[in-house]
Amino acid sequence: MNTEAIIKALNLKVRSAEDNLKKNISGGYTGDLLSDVMANSHEGDIWITRQVHQNIVAVASLKDLAGIILVNSCEPAKDTLEKAAQENIPIMISDLSAFELSAKVYNLLAEKD
Amino acid sequence: MKLRDVKEILDAEVIVGEEMLDMEVATAFGADLMSDVLAFAKPGSLLLTGLTNDQVVRTADIIEIAAIIIVRGKKPNVEAVKLAKELQIPILATKHILFDAAGLLYTKGMVGSLEKR
Amino acid sequence: MEATEDIPYQRSFYVEGGNFSYAGIVSTSIKSILKQMDFPNDIVRKTALVSYESEINIVSYARKGVIKLTVLSDIIQIEAVDEGPGIPNIELAMQEGYSTADNKIREMGFGAGMGLCNIKSYSDHFDLISEVGKGTSLKMVIKIH
Repeated sequence: MNTEAIIKALNLKVRSAEDNLKKNISGGYTGDLLSDVMANSHEGDIWITRQVHQNIVAVASLKDLAGIILVNSCEPAKDTLEKAAQENIPIMISDLSAFELSAKVYNLLAEKD
Repeated sequence: MKLRDVKEILDAEVIVGEEMLDMEVATAFGADLMSDVLAFAKPGSLLLTGLTNDQVVRTADIIEIAAIIIVRGKKPNVEAVKLAKELQIPILATKHILFDAAGLLYTKGMVGSLEKR
Repeated sequence: MEATEDIPYQRSFYVEGGNFSYAGIVSTSIKSILKQMDFPNDIVRKTALVSYESEINIVSYARKGVIKLTVLSDIIQIEAVDEGPGIPNIELAMQEGYSTADNKIREMGFGAGMGLCNIKSYSDHFDLISEVGKGTSLKMVIKIH
């Protein structure tokens, strides 16, 4: 399953890197502490968070994450979007909570396995 | 579902509140930012978090979180355990990451808790 | 002392800056005081929430501070006054996501630039006065319906 399929299934809004949505998603990681995500997420994970700070882009880029989904309808900060465009990291927005969105992505990924 | 079911589903260890496992919990909130929990979690929810310090317990007490689930194999620190006992807030610890824990609980009927205020 | 007739309850709590092991203890006390006064749960929660965010701010940024709880017939008021660095740009500080927190604060789950926004949205009335180099003073009012 790739990012595009998740966007469609969960009705996410895309805010950056619209041409980089074909990457295969290997798993998911939910967390708001950058050091935790840095240490424990895996390449190809989709990252679910409510952090909007520009440093999320650096973490996603360094860890080769498939993309970032912001929860609770949080909008990324302006410099976050600029960074995301530079690094070609997809940032998406959901109106669901982190719990519910994680659960839904989890189930989507499980279906395809 | 009961907190006892949550323990089963997440294969969790009970750190505080063995005697409170019959409590009913219907909604859950997952976050590592305490201000996020304060702003959006509904009273009576489970809190799934990767944080282990006593501010998690304080936050849970302030907005009346039913129980705390610490994810990713982490254990609460000594102060958090002491405070949770004092304030009668159960703490469970699971090996699952937050993403998987949410998926497992949701599949068994736990719903999200997002208070739009 | 005539004034006390208009003030059914008032109490001040000292908050020590930088000492995270007691952070939140004042707000827990305020919560239990209000519970004992039989206020509805949502009023207790709102008040405890704004008090807690203010308390975390004092511990995180100031040298010391005082949180004063006042209960009147129609409102509950929390005042948080600290001696500390003050806020140079209040407009910026009120922006969600803006924070000057260090790593220690962030790893505790605070410092994501949400505290003042939470305080504002949960108070029925909110005032912030700050003087750089002196300190910051917050006043929050919760209406009792």
